[in-house]
Amino acid sequence: MRWWLPDAGSTFAGPIDTLFLAILIITGIALAVVEVGLVTFVIKYRARPGRKAFYTHGSTRAEVIWTAIPAVTMVALGLISNHYWVLIKDKKSIPPNAYHVGVHAKQFEWQVTYPGPDGKLGTSDDFTVRNQLHVTVNEPIAVELTSEDVIHSFFVPEFRLKQDAVPGMHIMAWFQATKTGEFELGCAELCGMGHYKMRARVFVHTPDQYKAWVAQQAAGGSE
Amino acid sequence: MTAVAHTPTTAHHEPMSFWRKYIFSTDHKIIGIQFLFVSLFFLLVGGLLAMQIRWQLGFPGKPLPGGGILPETMVVNGVILPEYYVQLVSMHGTFMVFFAIMPLLVGVYANFLIPLKIGAHDMAFPRINMASFWLALLAGLVMTASFFVPNGPIRSGWTNYAPLAARPDLSGVTVGQMLWCVSIVVLGLSSVLGSLNYITTVINHRAPGMTWFRMPLSVWALFITAILGVLALPVLQGAAIMLLFDNVLGTHFFDPVAGGQALLWQHLFWFFGHPEVYILILPAMGMVSDIIANGSRKPIFGYHSMVFAIIGIAFLGWIVWGHHMFMSGMNPTLGSTFMVSTLLIAVPSAIKVFNWLGTMWRGNLRFHVPMLNAIGFVSMFTIGGLSGIFMAATPVDIPLHDTQFIVAHIHYVLFGGSLFALFAAITYWYPKMFGRMMSHRIGKVHFWLTFVFYNMTFFPMHIIGMGGQMRRIYDPTIYDFLKPQQPLNVFISYSAFALFAVQVLFAFNFLWSLKFGKKAPQNPWDDNGMEWSLPNPAPHGNWERTPNVYRGPYEFSAPEAGDKDFLPQFVKLPTDRDPVPAPLPATH
Amino acid sequence: MTHATQALDQMRPPYPAEPGSGVYSNKLGMWVFLASDVMFFTALIGSYIVLRFGAPGEWARPGAVLNVPLTGLNTFLLICSSVSMVKAYAAIADGKKYFLRKVPGKRLQDGGLKFWLLITIICGAGFVSVQVVEYIKLVGHGFTPAGYREGSLLAEHAAADPIKYGLTVAGLYGSSFFTMTGFHGFHVTCGVISMLYLYFTKVLPEKYSPQDYRGIEVIGLYWHFVDLVWIILFTIVYLI
Repeated sequence: MRWWLPDAGSTFAGPIDTLFLAILIITGIALAVVEVGLVTFVIKYRARPGRKAFYTHGSTRAEVIWTAIPAVTMVALGLISNHYWVLIKDKKSIPPNAYHVGVHAKQFEWQVTYPGPDGKLGTSDDFTVRNQLHVTVNEPIAVELTSEDVIHSFFVPEFRLKQDAVPGMHIMAWFQATKTGEFELGCAELCGMGHYKMRARVFVHTPDQYKAWVAQQAAGGSE
Repeated sequence: MTAVAHTPTTAHHEPMSFWRKYIFSTDHKIIGIQFLFVSLFFLLVGGLLAMQIRWQLGFPGKPLPGGGILPETMVVNGVILPEYYVQLVSMHGTFMVFFAIMPLLVGVYANFLIPLKIGAHDMAFPRINMASFWLALLAGLVMTASFFVPNGPIRSGWTNYAPLAARPDLSGVTVGQMLWCVSIVVLGLSSVLGSLNYITTVINHRAPGMTWFRMPLSVWALFITAILGVLALPVLQGAAIMLLFDNVLGTHFFDPVAGGQALLWQHLFWFFGHPEVYILILPAMGMVSDIIANGSRKPIFGYHSMVFAIIGIAFLGWIVWGHHMFMSGMNPTLGSTFMVSTLLIAVPSAIKVFNWLGTMWRGNLRFHVPMLNAIGFVSMFTIGGLSGIFMAATPVDIPLHDTQFIVAHIHYVLFGGSLFALFAAITYWYPKMFGRMMSHRIGKVHFWLTFVFYNMTFFPMHIIGMGGQMRRIYDPTIYDFLKPQQPLNVFISYSAFALFAVQVLFAFNFLWSLKFGKKAPQNPWDDNGMEWSLPNPAPHGNWERTPNVYRGPYEFSAPEAGDKDFLPQFVKLPTDRDPVPAPLPATH
Repeated sequence: MTHATQALDQMRPPYPAEPGSGVYSNKLGMWVFLASDVMFFTALIGSYIVLRFGAPGEWARPGAVLNVPLTGLNTFLLICSSVSMVKAYAAIADGKKYFLRKVPGKRLQDGGLKFWLLITIICGAGFVSVQVVEYIKLVGHGFTPAGYREGSLLAEHAAADPIKYGLTVAGLYGSSFFTMTGFHGFHVTCGVISMLYLYFTKVLPEKYSPQDYRGIEVIGLYWHFVDLVWIILFTIVYLI
């Protein structure tokens, strides 16, 4: 039984999970204040014969305090978040040496195109595999997302990576995996009745394992 | 000093036929009650759809009890089909948002409360008001019809994203999509007509002495909501028409193959959709304010701040729509701007929560059923609002977008929020509508059981969402990373069944009390609103002579009230002057 | 619009104002309704602008597919109907409930409410009729909401000169043209029907008076709105 976010599998997981935790603490404190306040008041101020409520229309000072604190907190949160947002989603943040992979989504499968032995996407030695994403660990990977038909969404939970694939658009996403192993990819945008089974397997290899796999694919083999 | 009660005389008219009085009525109260019965029915429909969803998610592949009555296109050997599953989620959302919560909050309470609470005889345009109800009913029937046409209702979620929704060859849905679009256009018209009534009535038909800042927060909220409605629904109508045309006329608005843009639908839908969710919460907040002030026997803490918070939420609500689209492929810089506006909109909501707490602080709390539900609202709306902050922070939205975490958020604000507020409001104004009280005992049991099962159902969804369970998937167990969480899905499903079963208590209480409830005294809650100067149920035309308003809406425990702890707006003390009707412009 | 009648408003408004907004409820209600209609057309026109500027190909040149001179004349007709609407409003404000009346010293007879509102109805109906005829001709030539119909005359012309006819995005062109002008035409039709209803139930039986001519002002507001939307549409769809 899992109770938390998936295990960290990419360089994004660190900042995102830390931010998540920070928000959890902030909202947790706010929640505690409100809920404890409610329970306290419910007990302390319940009606008893002979009591009267305290007649007041409010307090400007209180209003200022409980407006300013949330506002400042939200602004700070925004500034910190934006720093990582740009790092993850901005096209200019994609490392220039990133290894490019093409992912073409369609009802109901993922067609992944690899650059082949020459390492360049868009050349004659490219090959396409269905529902399998193979990458090298500790190497920045740039995903060129396209869609055949409707909107799908490329989602690998361990990588903290999600990006919609939109027909008519060529969208770039990137990540850098931090541990080897096998993971899963799911579609995170309702794309029809087969949406639930748009599952792909994600393999993070060591550099040698990856080279071997590419060679095997290029020679016409299949996993 | 004893208060001199000034009870305005009631109106009475010639007897009308049953049809004119109860069916084709132009009386805002009857129209409100019509909306109430129809919308509660659609709430039940939405709940039944949810039960099937929870069956499939908790026990994927297991035959649905009673599934044999459904046709082969939906259920085979009792097992829900994937295409039916996506129809279930789509129509659950559609019915709940458009035909249950929105009409319950606005169609019922804007209609019922506004004239009563501002001292008016009826709405500004009673016949347009009647048209608004019949159009809403028509829209509901058209939407329901989509279950009975070939290929059934839509399969693209209540948000109906294009191009899936625009291409019958890709969605498998034909007539059902057209009916959805037509229904939405008709419903939009109903909303616009209703809203223009509410706006005009509040601006022009307030009784003498009912200044803007003496209006109860329920009226303020309903007024601002009406402004949102009048400006947002037409955008959805435009989008639905373009979607309909893509489906039937071969247009290409949302079809990239012919130069259209898939994201255009999302921008249009969410430009409407975000103000829509404020339409779904503001009236709830307004009515909760009235009820908490009443239950605390104290004025609302920070009345002016509360008004400005409502206006602030409504205003900011127009510039946050992109937060539904952070992952959509739109320019990340746009994402940054929407993040800022979205984080800011948390502030006025926070202000409101603190002011409700401030109202209860040092109060003399009466825990009648409406107050219980209102406190439940504050408690759970806080959770729902805070969970939104996770998504507002764009990097954290990456793992959470389109997962069950969002589903948890939605349901905390719409069920934990709006629906609990509705339980409160329905109980509170029941005597005014029907002349009888609902049972306190059943109400209290219903509240506590609902509160417990509700949290058991929806809180764990946050966890499943964190774990990565995507929205709208038919069978989570085909994913290795989701299998460990399946016990939680089972737990949620059992809790959901219990939650639904408990609502029988509310339904029974509501229906049984219509005939057998205790006859209501004139002011059963010792409240200050104008409506309590009238008998229960309130008569046609409300007051024979327009009443006068002498003070603000929340003068509980005011010193002038003497030994009573409330002082209604309509009570004239010896020290009060009659309000002079506002001077008309110099052109006369 | 109403600034033309501002002097009139000061002296003899259509109805006593209500406290609150200082405007009688029917007028306030119509303003609110028009606000909603603005949002509706904003959705359509905004989408058109987004689609046109994001289009993957050249848009058709003005006048290639559509008949600009004829529609220009139609635009003039609609503008005239707004003028006659103002004349109708001024007439009833002055108590002229009649159709036509001889005025000593003037060659032309003086028009009353019945005359001017009828002119407005005729011009409005004329506008719709011309638009219907235009639609029939366009569809006949091959211009449909889905683009240029295969095998049609228009498709032939477009194949010969794809740039002028914006062939690559003809689907978008057709989609936006018919949706925007179609819904505008629908609004004009509703206006004409409403005016006809008022004409027979209130104008002919002379139920309007200088003390209460709300219906005329309210329908007038709607009519001017519809005219304004058309001027915008004509510019961005036909001229640019």
